[in-house]
Amino acid sequence: MVPRDLRGTVAIVGASEADEIGVVPGKSVLTLHAEAARNALDDAGLKKEDVDGVFTAGTNSNLLSEYLGIVPRYTDGTSVGGCSFILQVEHAMLALNAGIINVALISHAESGRSRIGMGGFGSNASQPMGQFETPFGAAGPTTTFSLPATRHMHQYGTSREQMAEVSVATRKWAAMHPKAMMKDPITIDDVINARPVCWPYTLLMCCLVTDAGGAIVLTRSDRARDLKKKPVYVLGTGEGTEHAMVSMMADMTTSAAARISGKAAFEMSGVAHKDIDVAELYDAFSFTPMSALEDLGFVKAGESGPFVEKQRTAPGGDFPMNTNGGGLSYTHSGMYGMYTLIELTRQLRGEAGERQVKGAKTGIAHGPGGYFFAGATLIAGSEIP
Amino acid sequence: MTDYQGPLPQPTPETKPFWDGLKERRLTIQRCNDCGKPYFYPRPFCPSCFSRNVSWFEASGKGKLYTFVINYRPPPFLGKEPSVLAVVELEEGPRMMTTLVGADPDPAQIHCDAPVTIEYDDVTDEVTLPRFRLA
Repeated sequence: MVPRDLRGTVAIVGASEADEIGVVPGKSVLTLHAEAARNALDDAGLKKEDVDGVFTAGTNSNLLSEYLGIVPRYTDGTSVGGCSFILQVEHAMLALNAGIINVALISHAESGRSRIGMGGFGSNASQPMGQFETPFGAAGPTTTFSLPATRHMHQYGTSREQMAEVSVATRKWAAMHPKAMMKDPITIDDVINARPVCWPYTLLMCCLVTDAGGAIVLTRSDRARDLKKKPVYVLGTGEGTEHAMVSMMADMTTSAAARISGKAAFEMSGVAHKDIDVAELYDAFSFTPMSALEDLGFVKAGESGPFVEKQRTAPGGDFPMNTNGGGLSYTHSGMYGMYTLIELTRQLRGEAGERQVKGAKTGIAHGPGGYFFAGATLIAGSEIP
Repeated sequence: MTDYQGPLPQPTPETKPFWDGLKERRLTIQRCNDCGKPYFYPRPFCPSCFSRNVSWFEASGKGKLYTFVINYRPPPFLGKEPSVLAVVELEEGPRMMTTLVGADPDPAQIHCDAPVTIEYDDVTDEVTLPRFRLA
């Protein structure tokens, strides 16, 4: 068997957020999980009892199973950062194809803003990060996600104005999403003149911090066709991991994990870049999806800046990107990768309402994990080419 | 220095020579005796060729600024002023994270690839942190 043989063998059949997302101080992480899981199963027309594979990251998968009242045959808690749920699509595909499970539930939730029922995060002082990064002022994503951006600016002349194009375009999409947190229009000047957070980023180049949950459900394609909604077929998957500390990233202008992951997904799918109708590329910061455009091969190294100019990724532009409003304007609870999957599913089903990309048949979801530590890619379609 | 409130590294047996060296004003890193490649951070085998035949040597403490960010709200232990978090590329090749000290936290004044040199910061009696400044 080769990866190509797996193309189209499984499908996303359910996808949803928790009941409410944004600022939700009245609910713990586990409740946000449970709401998302229930909504995604409802969306699929499946019951909790149908689930025999439980996948999650950030929350222990056995704790989640206990809370949901599921005793799964198979579980996976691979946690490599925000792309973990995209990566678990590949793992679920393999378990479904092996016949080990019939229905996979991939669930995410974080109380990123209100911190209700959140576990600890970070490394202790004897681990590499505790010794070689934390004492110098590495203090979470605003510092560590930004280091590659400065290098990219130096090497390729990428500008903050180009990064601001992404913030502005993404906000326009958010205005059309009923669950988005930030909807007011913004300009390039607004973005550049916003409060500086960490050079090169201002506040409007940084993702939101919210409480939210989301889940998707997958099953084999033969069964998917009998369920409630139109299946979204998994055409190609890929994953990779390069490092665990950003200071160890071999070349800060390009993520090896993203390149490996994207190449695998495109090869398995047989889909050409020009056939991608919609792209959901994790935007922890404005530059993050720009780097993905390069590493996934949509543009050459260093060319993402000019590519995103003139609102190309906005509604009406020729490269619809982050059509849910992204982590920048819709929601970002911490590990945003799940929301790329939910939005891709909605777009490929044609149920994205006002923000629907006309005739979208094939799309891509991609995210980094940690500060470009890992990468995971999904290429999906409403048809199997 | 006793008023330092920041996070301290807790050396492991594999990394202790690096931290001990800093206390004596030496930047000690490792090199593979088989493939010849210097590397950082410390570990008892070569991350390139997997050889266990590795040794410690004293690096020059000179290098260049690979990349940086200016944190306008740094963690409290770094003070209230904007702080420059940096990754430097040592003359010998390996890169390490550090704090850039002595520089005006102004993006117009700090440039990638600028030459830098090590500065030893005795934050406690036991721990010396390697900071860098523009050369």
